Amino acid sequence: MKADMAYTKEMFEKAPQELRDAEGIRRPSIKYWADVWRRLKQNKLAMVGLILLIVMGIMSFAGTQIAKFEYYEQNLTKINVKPNSEYWFGTDELGRDLFSRAWLGTRYSLIIGLLAAFIDFGIGVVYGGVAGMASRRVDAIMMRIAEVIYSIPYMLVVVLLSVVFSEAGSGTSMFVLILAMTITGWVPMANLVRGQVLQLKESEYSLASESLGASKGWILKKHIIPNTLGPILVNVTLTIPRAIFAEATLGFLGLGLQPPKPSLGTLANDGLAVMPIGLFYQILIPAILISLLMFAFNVLGDGLRDALDPRLRK
Amino acid sequence: MSKYFLKRLAMAVVTLLAIITITFILMHSVPGDPFANENKRMPEAVYQNLMKKYGLDKPYSHQYIMYLKNIARGDFGESMKSNTETVNEMIARGFPVSAQLGLQALIIALIFGPVLGAIAALYQNKLPDYISMIISIIGVSVPSFVMGSFLIQFIARNVDWIPIGGWGEWKHTILPSFALALMPLAQMARLMRSSMLEIIGQDYIKTAKSKGISRTAVIMKHAVRNAILPIISILGTTISNLLVGSFVIEKIFGIPGLGMFFTTSIYNRDYTLIMGVTVFYAIVLIAMLLLVDIAYTLIDPRIRLTEEGR
Amino acid sequence: MEKLLEVKDLAVSFQTFFGEVEAVRGISFHVDKKETVAIVGESGCGKSVTANSIMQLLPMPPAFYKHGQILFNGEDIVQKSEKEMQKIRGNQISMIFQDPMTSLNPTMKVGKQIVEGLIKHQNLSSQEAEKKAIEMLDLVSVPQPEKRIKQYPHEFSGGMRQRVMIALAMVSHPKLLIADEPTTALDVTVQAQILDLMKDIQDKFGTSIILITHDLGVVADMCDRVIVMYAGQLLEEGKVDEIFKNPKHPYTRKLLGSVPRLDMDRSETLYSIEGTPPDLYIPPKGCPFFDRCDQAMVVCKGHMPEREYHTDSHYSCCWLNHPMAKKAAEGSEI
Repeated sequence: MKADMAYTKEMFEKAPQELRDAEGIRRPSIKYWADVWRRLKQNKLAMVGLILLIVMGIMSFAGTQIAKFEYYEQNLTKINVKPNSEYWFGTDELGRDLFSRAWLGTRYSLIIGLLAAFIDFGIGVVYGGVAGMASRRVDAIMMRIAEVIYSIPYMLVVVLLSVVFSEAGSGTSMFVLILAMTITGWVPMANLVRGQVLQLKESEYSLASESLGASKGWILKKHIIPNTLGPILVNVTLTIPRAIFAEATLGFLGLGLQPPKPSLGTLANDGLAVMPIGLFYQILIPAILISLLMFAFNVLGDGLRDALDPRLRK
Repeated sequence: MSKYFLKRLAMAVVTLLAIITITFILMHSVPGDPFANENKRMPEAVYQNLMKKYGLDKPYSHQYIMYLKNIARGDFGESMKSNTETVNEMIARGFPVSAQLGLQALIIALIFGPVLGAIAALYQNKLPDYISMIISIIGVSVPSFVMGSFLIQFIARNVDWIPIGGWGEWKHTILPSFALALMPLAQMARLMRSSMLEIIGQDYIKTAKSKGISRTAVIMKHAVRNAILPIISILGTTISNLLVGSFVIEKIFGIPGLGMFFTTSIYNRDYTLIMGVTVFYAIVLIAMLLLVDIAYTLIDPRIRLTEEGR
Repeated sequence: MEKLLEVKDLAVSFQTFFGEVEAVRGISFHVDKKETVAIVGESGCGKSVTANSIMQLLPMPPAFYKHGQILFNGEDIVQKSEKEMQKIRGNQISMIFQDPMTSLNPTMKVGKQIVEGLIKHQNLSSQEAEKKAIEMLDLVSVPQPEKRIKQYPHEFSGGMRQRVMIALAMVSHPKLLIADEPTTALDVTVQAQILDLMKDIQDKFGTSIILITHDLGVVADMCDRVIVMYAGQLLEEGKVDEIFKNPKHPYTRKLLGSVPRLDMDRSETLYSIEGTPPDLYIPPKGCPFFDRCDQAMVVCKGHMPEREYHTDSHYSCCWLNHPMAKKAAEGSEI
């Protein structure tokens, strides 16, 4: 025993309850979503994506307002003008202002992406939820059907639908575009939801909570929602760029929105036509915008996935 | 084992039937018939002849069965717009071109993707990780039509011996192959990275280390071999993506492949050609998916047993 | 007795986002040749970290050796480079892990996994290696070893896989075997078989064993000495008899009280230890068991007791050993 320590009789008395702190000192407990947000904020790339999305979202509405010309306004005396102080992004073959058209195209791309993801989400949650809760037989049948639908090459269906529901050379309506994109797109979401439901139905921790006397509502709030919402949110974030990409590809193949409405894909398609005569800016602008959109959603989705992964939460 | 394959085969046939049926229904639900939209008014007799020639005067059920029979015989019918070539001949002309392009792109992706991902995982949060992740984030963010046109603008226009487009010699394939490969390459790199990171945390990696074998041996023999399995499992999807990519790439580079025929047939509303090419694509893709499935079961010993056990 | 391994004032920490986690806080112990030593404690007490740090198997970073030495045959493992460690791992020191279901590579044949290390350490040809693998599987009583070496791990049951792991660990006749909860994931009947097997193997090869476990039942008939670990520190150490018959630390007593015994009267209660071990982000300065100890005194909070030797081989770290504590206890009883 240390010699320099002075022992007093009091020190060897039974420790009073106040001294005890049965739970000990814990690291600061952080609320789940606050913690997710904190980790997301640390991910610089994801934050760049988020800011980019906000800026592009605002510009997709404000851009057409501050533009000096309407997107359909043709000025045949000023065709294929390179970007200048009057036409910030230049004009196209028909003398239309590309600044206005590019931001409107961004708006359509965003709307299509968001709506497609939202519909995928709706169908997926319902289908997956029903399959997960249903009896084994029904579940097996439902999943087989989903499997068949999913192994149909998605782009072929999109192309076919666009061909069928649009008249030759006139482009496709937004409704058909979204329908085409969601026809197979919901399957991964359904799989995800079903998996989560099954896992949670029998998972050890909800069993553990139940055996500890937790109510169903509490389990739902504390375990099921945080654990299911995360993967779903990530999936939605990553579905949006997929839909945007599909729409752009269709537009590029000449199956995009009906003219004169622009989408980033149709703008790129128009730009490709004039690339051989040296007008690279016409494809460059929509190309950059679409790449930025895809980039922003992808890094945000990745960041969310990392931030939500409970295994990293220590 | 064989029971498992039979089951997969049955699934593939069902999927194919579903695709053929959907294609058939969609193509026949187009308002009007394919000859009504023609600008030139044709004499009634010619019109009737055409309808008869393509069997369009028969009821749908009859047409459907005829179509199935023809496909089973490998006959995709005649093009409605081209008088010189049947659909089969067009496929025979276009497919080898597309297949070569797709195969080259696949090889590029398969070589560089996993390597990039593995390096990123091994140097997690260090410079090589950041570099390879930047490459792969660009790869998944930049659509192939953007990449293709950029390659033309910045490389083909500046490097004399690389052509801007066309087909024929090997040098024609360089840029399109790379443009097509970039997205699957990036997807594979990302998948490989996350799968490597997961595997590195596994107990058996610790066991391997505890044997005293070198770091390289641990990585190559234990980590990479297991981490590469998910890549094989997404090969089917990758091939499917390559196909869509080929539509776009063939258009940009003016390559006379099947994708080009397909997009042209869409412009022309050549319904038999659209149907034929769609069904052909579906057959190729489903066959690929089946092959990938079989390959996977052969490579991953765990699947062999679990399926045998059933 | 000759010391094979001597750990001196070892501290291992992890750097995390929230700060440093002091997983092992200055522990000292030794293992003699041919001896079996158990390190006992609840999960999270630092026993696995200790085991892994002897093999330098902790991921560094985030883990780092804070101070101390691990002397193996007189050489300090803490100072060894990765290349030097590779010559020791699987050759002089081997390890068995808790979960046999996940500790074998699922896509590599079992025979190859067993001899992989040996091939490197002893430069064996593939025929010699195969012979060795069969020999080892036979030794750990895996039937039909010639056939089994060509199979994959999923074709083995949990107990059989743990036998494979033992074969894998012992193939190079290591001087020290670290078994990290080798039976925790197994059925009770299989547990006994695996422990018997380990004893047999030890007799045959003269290996020292460090057995890491939270199960005192496993310890009694297998080990020579027992070390009780708690919150990264050693609280008591002694020969098996000393610990089981004359436990000094209240924690050890509680651990013993939580082991079911066949000879137990039905009326006897099986105790569980209430509360949880302290968080090692901010480790307590005094006795770590303070919060859960029935006999805690004022002095226990804030002051760590030193080792008090009851016999040459038996010590405990507890303020109850202090003469003034005994006096106080007597005083209160009167």
